[in-house]
Amino acid sequence: MTRRLVVVGNGMVSLRFLERLCLHAPGRYDVTVIGQEAAPAYNRVLLSALLAGDVDETGCNFRERGWYEAEHIRLRTGAAASAIDRAARTVSVAGEAIPYDRLVLATGSTPIMLPKPGMDLPGVMAFRDLADVDRMKALRGTGARCIVIGGGLLGLEAAYGLARLGLETTLLHVMDKLMERQLDRRAAAIVRKTMEAKGVRVVLQADTAEIVGDGRVEALRLADGTVIPADLVVVAVGVRPRVDLAREAGLAIGRGIQVDDGLATSDPSIFAIGECAEHRGMVYGLVEPGYEMADTLAGRLAGKDRLYCGSTIATSLKVSGLPVFSAGEIADDAGGEPILLSDPVGGIYRKLVLKDGRLAGALLIGDTGEGAWYRSLIESRAPVSAIRHDLMFGRVDLPQPEAAPSEPTRMAA
Amino acid sequence: MNAHPGPVAPPAIRTTCPYCGVGCGVLARPDGLGGLAVEGDPDHPANCGRLCSKGSALGETVGLEGRLLHPMVEGRRASWDDALGRVAGDLSRIVAEHGPDAVAFYLSGQLLTEDYYVANKLMKGFVGSGNVDTNSRLCMSSSVAGHRRAFGADIVPGCYADLDEADLIVLVGSNAAWCHPILFRRMLDNRARRGAKIVVVDPRRSASADEADLFLPVAAGQDTALFCGLLVHLAESGALDADFLGGRTEGFGEALARAREIAPDPASVARATGIAEADLAAFYDLFRTREKVVTCYSQGVNQSAQGTDKVGAIVNCHLATGRIGRPGMGPLSLTGQPNAMGGREVGGLANMLAAHMNYLPAEIDRVGRFWDAPRMARREGLKAVALFDAIDRGEVRALWVMATNPAVSLPDADRVRASLAKLDLLVVSENVASNDTTSRGAHVLLPAAAWGEKDGTVTNSERRISRQRAVLPLPGEAKPDWWIVSAVAARMGFASAFPYRKAADIFREHAALTAFENGGERVLDLGGLADLGDRGYDDLAPVQWPVGADGEGTARLFAERPFQTPDGRARFVAPALPRLATETSEAYPFVLNTGRIRDQWHTMTRSGRSPRLGSHRPAPFVELHPADAARLGLGDGDLARVSTAMGSCVLETRLAEGQPPGTLFSPIHWSGETSSDGRIGALVHDHVDPFSGQPEMKASPAAITPEPMPLRGFLLSRLPIGLPDGTWWARAAIEGGTGTLFAARGSIGRIAAWAPALVPGAEIADYLDAGAGVYRLAAFVEGRLEAVFFAGPAAARPHWEAARALFAAEAEGRGARQALSGRNAGPDPGPLVCACFGVGLATICDAIRTKGATSTEAIGAALRAGTNCGSCLPELRRILASEAATPANERLSDSLVVR
Repeated sequence: MTRRLVVVGNGMVSLRFLERLCLHAPGRYDVTVIGQEAAPAYNRVLLSALLAGDVDETGCNFRERGWYEAEHIRLRTGAAASAIDRAARTVSVAGEAIPYDRLVLATGSTPIMLPKPGMDLPGVMAFRDLADVDRMKALRGTGARCIVIGGGLLGLEAAYGLARLGLETTLLHVMDKLMERQLDRRAAAIVRKTMEAKGVRVVLQADTAEIVGDGRVEALRLADGTVIPADLVVVAVGVRPRVDLAREAGLAIGRGIQVDDGLATSDPSIFAIGECAEHRGMVYGLVEPGYEMADTLAGRLAGKDRLYCGSTIATSLKVSGLPVFSAGEIADDAGGEPILLSDPVGGIYRKLVLKDGRLAGALLIGDTGEGAWYRSLIESRAPVSAIRHDLMFGRVDLPQPEAAPSEPTRMAA
Repeated sequence: MNAHPGPVAPPAIRTTCPYCGVGCGVLARPDGLGGLAVEGDPDHPANCGRLCSKGSALGETVGLEGRLLHPMVEGRRASWDDALGRVAGDLSRIVAEHGPDAVAFYLSGQLLTEDYYVANKLMKGFVGSGNVDTNSRLCMSSSVAGHRRAFGADIVPGCYADLDEADLIVLVGSNAAWCHPILFRRMLDNRARRGAKIVVVDPRRSASADEADLFLPVAAGQDTALFCGLLVHLAESGALDADFLGGRTEGFGEALARAREIAPDPASVARATGIAEADLAAFYDLFRTREKVVTCYSQGVNQSAQGTDKVGAIVNCHLATGRIGRPGMGPLSLTGQPNAMGGREVGGLANMLAAHMNYLPAEIDRVGRFWDAPRMARREGLKAVALFDAIDRGEVRALWVMATNPAVSLPDADRVRASLAKLDLLVVSENVASNDTTSRGAHVLLPAAAWGEKDGTVTNSERRISRQRAVLPLPGEAKPDWWIVSAVAARMGFASAFPYRKAADIFREHAALTAFENGGERVLDLGGLADLGDRGYDDLAPVQWPVGADGEGTARLFAERPFQTPDGRARFVAPALPRLATETSEAYPFVLNTGRIRDQWHTMTRSGRSPRLGSHRPAPFVELHPADAARLGLGDGDLARVSTAMGSCVLETRLAEGQPPGTLFSPIHWSGETSSDGRIGALVHDHVDPFSGQPEMKASPAAITPEPMPLRGFLLSRLPIGLPDGTWWARAAIEGGTGTLFAARGSIGRIAAWAPALVPGAEIADYLDAGAGVYRLAAFVEGRLEAVFFAGPAAARPHWEAARALFAAEAEGRGARQALSGRNAGPDPGPLVCACFGVGLATICDAIRTKGATSTEAIGAALRAGTNCGSCLPELRRILASEAATPANERLSDSLVVR
């Protein structure tokens, strides 16, 4: 008898999982997918580009409903799973209990809203889904004054998109530099300059005290008393894994849903992948590790002996038209020997970190064309001392003779 | 020609090159943008159309960057009226208070004859002092003294055509391949055409020695022993010209006796000179058997505490064999400066009065009457070294320096520089706004015309007077030197004696003075030119003096004509026992030789503006033998401190097999403007020749020790940029700006901290690999590459070829990563070898390997390298030899890198 597989969540990781499962084990499972949003999985990474008008909505599409049908996947959208009955092995959706033999949680994450007065006023929103993009795009031509709270990647993208709509946009960040976890002082200066060049007013060390408004947003007041008039406030201060469903089902929860190297939760018939999962203490807020988890789990459920051992954090995001790539250990306190390249005029900043003659980390801003090469060097742990002085300036051939045996640390994609 | 007819080009102006004493004719064509196109004048007899690397680059040196364009008084811009008034007033006051000998002029072989004439006349006829000396004192005065002792006057007997006809050419203390390249080409042509032999006598294997048929590595100071040995050999082998000896000379017996004392036999000559006996025998045999011998000598002979005797010992051999003044034979002094000869003719040396007249009462009277001078100098003035001693003692209180930089070029130069600050009045007539002399508290700076703007005459090494014609307008408020001196003379109350309105007025007066009461006893006679009209002066074709009433010049002297001694006979000289003025010691075990390099001139104020010329040797260096270097722990390109009892420098080492063990060689060109620690003059002892007063600049006892600096690098910038104190640096022109090579102590982190501030206001792109000790920076202003800075460990120091190419190409902002990469945009041409056509080492190696260019001719055909001035031919031959000797798989052009 065909086993029943239920996937909760229909985001990018969920879809990747389904695709790989169909590839490796066609027909092996009777699959049901539950998606909260009305549309089937779309490219959330491109929401910023959609907002900015760089792509249209069809550019964000992955698979039409027809694909699910052809693969015999039941797709239920527009309704959230409300509960898991582990004893009965069912998931409740809109009052219906859907039975499972295996359950995959790909519930993703939710935006964090600041615990400040006024956050519930109309005109205060997050930036997470297609509906958010639609709300913002509707403001084009209205002369609305916008504030984005949060100087991380998502906040930058939101602010950039709003500015591209011709709206007066202010970006507030509580720290003294943008993207403080990914960038150092000089890199942050490049990003700030880029944002300002795109028409975004950037205010650092901006500690939001409250949102002011009578019935809807009228202004934002900072802790130092500054009042900034606003018609729209977008909060982009981070995400947290969506674990409510799992917690209520009694699964082990840390920051996310805890999984082992087989991506199983504390219940061996329930798995978690993507941003909702916590693996070896790590919660990844990026799509690539989610894809690697999806690939691993699909392989396992197809009967293959696969393990997930963690991801090299490598991300390649477009922030407000400014490419940013980072992989491996790039933090200031990560040790090793940093090599730095800074070219504010060219909008380029690069940091490579060497450890024991090998590339341990790479951070690229402005031109990420060689990101894949650096990532492969990081993953292959190839000795790079011989090309140390060329490493920063673009792909060169490694000396051939004694290529060290590579020790892959991540699962094959 | 297939060229499209363009706009009519302005006619080329015939003028004369301002570098060495060859005096090449130049065709200069202004480009209308302040620059010049320059080519050799095919009709000038000195060069027949050729130019050397320096002459070819003249067009690159006429820019106005750094020019002094208006008078300055006490560091502030002033009007000509105020500046001239200050000079005249102070000179008059100091003369009134302290006497005429409290003032002095220090002139230059760069001045034109007319400039020299006016300055000499003012000092010796109107101020009343003999204190006019010139940097020719450092250059040619031993030849002057030698000529005067032997011939009775400062007269070069032969001419350049002798080099075409000689069967043997002996170069003594002359690296003509680098310092007189066009004459050297004539010698090589003679050899190729007629089989002339070339013998080079030099303590080190120079580029000229590389080309010689016979190289005699003489020990420093022992040239006299070599030529005394030759005289003895000639006497003993029956090679003397008894008729000439008996009829035309005096003093042979005494000279031969002294020669036998100094050089009794070949073995003792070999011992004294360090030359192998077989080589001595070969040389003596050549000299004896080849009648047509020209012996050329230059600074290796002159810059010596016994330079006058060296000249005497050489001339003795020509007199003894009667080989003088006849085609293809004679002693030929190769003058260092473009117009040292002209200066000597008007009396620009302190121990000559004017027009080859001296301080005999009748001569003082004659010149005084001609000038209608109220206050004739009655005795010789102070020669250069003594003059600056007198300044140091406070006896000379006012000094007017024209067109030279004594704070760099004189011996013990640090003391000279310091003593300038003691003057009550220091006046400097200059082209440049700042140099080591002006920066020592000059009270008045006067903007003088530069080469391309000057109008007058110069005399080259073969007594040939050529017109130097203005090809560019006077910039700013610059004025000709003769105008400036005349204007001061007028303000001192001598207007009627200095009424000159143009250079021709002065030339006619000078020519008339040479003929004045000259019944043929003074060979220097320009009587045939004294009535030259302005048009005639403008059109004057190059002519060799003496010039008869018919206007015809004279190629050779003394074959028939009596010498200028009272009895008309030449004088043999009995030279003193050869020895250096100072011996080496435990503390200073090396002998330091100094000299010129191929592509630079003096203190580089002109040649240093040319990127091509700056490429050959961009930093001050010291050459030493590899065995000495190994013993001292020095590698090629390391930094070393070279010290003498006078002072010290820090220089890059160059290991040279041709540098004898125990000796060092350093070039003289670097000043405080172009290097932090490269002022070689500061190391040189101030011992002078007793007859000429010329200092011994080529044999100072010295020590050399490693001066390790952990970090090396370079800075390319549009304008010169100063580096922090404690940094070693040297500066050279590059295409589009200035290149500074540097070395520093401390950490790369410290450099990364200060380097971005070097270019205030610029957008900085930089690269830091602290672990490898590497920091690089590219600075942009309004999108234009403004500076490139590379620093790295001394052991793997960055080379600048790739960055230079990018800098020259005016890389845009997006070129930042390219600039920081140190990678080439295209093939790296490597260090420059041929300065005329800008051909680099790597390009040449490539042509040898891939295009089969296995001879200099083939390289020339493929790349043009070596086909113009030919001064890189020795280097090309070395490269060919090195390429031939290296297995193909081991070839690395880097191993040949010329830093």
